[in-house]
Amino acid sequence: MDQAKIIKVQKSVFSDNDAKAEEVRQQLKQKGCFLLNVMSSPGSGKTTLLTQVINRLKDDYRIGVMEADIDGDIDANDIIKNTGVEAIQLHTGGMCHLDAGMTSEGLENLEGELPELIFMENVGNLVCPASFDTGSSRNLVILSVPEGDDKPLKYPKMFEVADVVVINKMDAISFFDFDMNVFEGFLRPHNSKCQVIPLSAKTGEGVEQLVDWLTAEITNWRK
Amino acid sequence: MHELGIVMYFIDMVEKTAEDNNANEVVSVTLEIGEVSTIVPSYFRDCYKWAIKQTKYMQNCALNLVIIEAMSFCRDCRKTYSTTAYGKTCPYCQSKDTYLVTGDEVTVREVQVK
Repeated sequence: MDQAKIIKVQKSVFSDNDAKAEEVRQQLKQKGCFLLNVMSSPGSGKTTLLTQVINRLKDDYRIGVMEADIDGDIDANDIIKNTGVEAIQLHTGGMCHLDAGMTSEGLENLEGELPELIFMENVGNLVCPASFDTGSSRNLVILSVPEGDDKPLKYPKMFEVADVVVINKMDAISFFDFDMNVFEGFLRPHNSKCQVIPLSAKTGEGVEQLVDWLTAEITNWRK
Repeated sequence: MHELGIVMYFIDMVEKTAEDNNANEVVSVTLEIGEVSTIVPSYFRDCYKWAIKQTKYMQNCALNLVIIEAMSFCRDCRKTYSTTAYGKTCPYCQSKDTYLVTGDEVTVREVQVK
């Protein structure tokens, strides 16, 4: 080909990932496996909260955990030590988010029969993970009290893709200026449907509400 | 770092287009970036310059970025307004029942190959 030629593409850069994510989601649904994509900033208490939730649900479901991080395996080891469930560490190789391809590889690396419930800890970051559909059944976003009630204003995309938002570290709310009404005011224009659950992963208060939400969603998913 | 992830997807898509069309090289590519797509054009260009060195068809490929203005529509008064100036609140009637019409796209418009 010597002549220059223009090819019209008109395709979103995310379209290949979106297609792969839909494929992953359909496979999970067929196999009756519920995958929860957990997103938040670093230090919001993801690993502590997961440990609490898993310990309450591990007698009801076969559970697996996939931990995504740029490097290291501290989180996976903590989860295994504190809950006894299978956990694997996914390294994103420098990337700031998980995508559907990485999810799919992670699922293949879980040993034995596919778990009925998988928690996937995305990379700690409120920006990039929101742009890449992982193929999960539902998205959980954790915001902790010290981060402030204005986060939906600053990171709208993350709060748009949330199916449930957990407000963690409620035990420390008296030390911070976090106002639940202000938070709702920033959140609702971006997401009118998602449930908001205030809790403390440290004391365990409110965790039961998240467990109830999760149980209902799993039942729905497996119908 | 965010831009780099997106550049990788973008390059894969353009390389595949070149492959599918039996091209020898990609001369230029036009990418539409919405004002509220979370991409910073200057970071995107820096990542792009680094990333094309690893490609088969895009070693000398020029990158044209077209910025798409973010516009929102108000369901109450049915007017359109600039999203970056007014956010979720309609400047005409103060309603919050609005939605983004354009401005979050990251779309490959066309590639020029030879």
